[in-house]
Amino acid sequence: MNLSRIYRNAILVLLMSLVLTACATKKTTTTGAQMQGDVYTGTDTVKYLADGVPDRVFFATNESVLTTRSRETLRKQAGWLRQNPSINIVVEGHADERGTREYNLALGERRANAAKDYLMTYGVSSDRISVISYGKERPVDSGSNPLSWSKNRRSVTVKAN
Amino acid sequence: MMRNTKIIIFLFLLFYPFKSFSLVEVDITRGNLNPLPIAVSPLFSNPESESQLENILKIKNLGQEISVVVENNLKKTGLFNPLSKDAFLQKPDVAHFKPRFEDWALIKSQALITGKVSLIDEKLRVEFRLWDVLAGREMLALAFTTVPKNWRRVGHIITDKVYERLTGEKGYFDTRIIYVSEEGPKTKRIKKLAIMDQDGFNTKYLTLGNELVLTPRFNPTNQMVTYLSYFKNLPRVYLLDIETGIQEVVGDFPGMTFAPRFSPNGKKIIMSFAKDGNSDIYTMDLENRIVERITNHPSIDTSPSYSPDGQYITFNSDRSGYQQIYIMKNDGTKVKRISFGNGLYGTPVWSPRGDLIAFTKLHKGKFYIGVMRTDGKGERLLTENYYQEAPSWSPNGRVLVFYRETKSNDKGEGFSAKLWSIDLTGYNERLVETETDGSDPSWSSLLSN
Repeated sequence: MNLSRIYRNAILVLLMSLVLTACATKKTTTTGAQMQGDVYTGTDTVKYLADGVPDRVFFATNESVLTTRSRETLRKQAGWLRQNPSINIVVEGHADERGTREYNLALGERRANAAKDYLMTYGVSSDRISVISYGKERPVDSGSNPLSWSKNRRSVTVKAN
Repeated sequence: MMRNTKIIIFLFLLFYPFKSFSLVEVDITRGNLNPLPIAVSPLFSNPESESQLENILKIKNLGQEISVVVENNLKKTGLFNPLSKDAFLQKPDVAHFKPRFEDWALIKSQALITGKVSLIDEKLRVEFRLWDVLAGREMLALAFTTVPKNWRRVGHIITDKVYERLTGEKGYFDTRIIYVSEEGPKTKRIKKLAIMDQDGFNTKYLTLGNELVLTPRFNPTNQMVTYLSYFKNLPRVYLLDIETGIQEVVGDFPGMTFAPRFSPNGKKIIMSFAKDGNSDIYTMDLENRIVERITNHPSIDTSPSYSPDGQYITFNSDRSGYQQIYIMKNDGTKVKRISFGNGLYGTPVWSPRGDLIAFTKLHKGKFYIGVMRTDGKGERLLTENYYQEAPSWSPNGRVLVFYRETKSNDKGEGFSAKLWSIDLTGYNERLVETETDGSDPSWSSLLSN
């Protein structure tokens, strides 16, 4: 695997702080492997709308930009939605716990709309998609660490009917 | 004016306090390392009143209990050091009539509060006096009449009067805090609106916890609350009448409305409206329901808060690329960024005095509560922690209440959310006791004046 310099530094800092606080766990390296930059790339919390169609995409801190991988996931969702025209969806936008509540509500809305816009680009009609932001109110992982936060920075596509 | 006659307190002046050159005074503008020693004598009552009050309230020795309310309030300011009642030499009734100042000076007390409690025509009557022990004279004498069940409020009003007399500034004790009560695991947190006296007593829950509720804020008369509710999974700003319990959605916006606050005259609600990934600031006039758009920018604009004169608005925007604090005229013109320090800035709230803006700052993984002048200069960080935000001012602009969350481990254990308060000086940080976990506190104005 090709580690970027930032990524290596992040691990170093993480390791150092773990040593300093004397609570090192063996999980550290696997923790790092599930993120690219600080975007979650693992499958821990992911559910599937259909075979091979993940329900969620992940974001970098304070960002609502879709990653290459997110766009791939959303294209799969769009394909599945085109094949199932009777299904409407809600896109839920979420933020991690490291921001102020009100800003995170806005950020969640921005993330949900980033996903919605992309789905629309791939042929899903806007009247089939509603969005809701939960800000930092509904984390999927209750830990207070970078990996947990990366799982919580997400938008999730949920069947509405 | 309070609409609720049940909590009106009549105020009589017994003796108008002289403009005396008192020896006792408290400077509240800096962190106080030598709190003023003060003796709060139990308020006395005659045996007849005492037994009648005990019948009504099921509380023994109400005068003692009221003095404890006063004592705890004073202690929590960090400005006063209430002395142990065990050391008091003079009996409460004698002291109230005419203190023997040498006795109180002997225990190093500089000020003394005495009082009397009686039941007259089914009304609770409380009189109290504040004495300057060193000068050997009375500084203040007042009496209140109210229904017996308001006895704690009498304690708070006494504290307000004593605080005002000794510091020269209005108090903040006869006030309430509305907040969000939290229970359950982090991933399925149950949240309810809760209201309590500022000292944590008389908690009432205003919603049942069936839907997510956030960010409640009082109107200027403390009768209405605006907040965000996820009722029917539609996040919208609501209005709640505290007495009647009637709730209504504010405006018919085709998307999420959030971050509401009242204008200083209570006639408008200012809030964010999010649509198509963009949040801007709007107002709605509560009388004619006219909606006005205040900002129009592709960035996130949120957390608006009016200046006390209603002429300006401070808000949070990421139009520079990151969350920063801005001010503008109340019509949305003359937008000016005021935060320029390192890190991200959010939740600006204008001080009731008008001179400062309190905020949350995120820098290098730490959260700070701080204040800056309205031109952005003079930034002072009051407290640093793992996570804390959402300051709300005491009505006299001397204390901030906010909430703080603790870090959880990988299993989510160890998480808590609590209310805290801190003085503008950066000293006297205290946990505000709540029945459950709590967040999003909002401080009322003084209930009586």
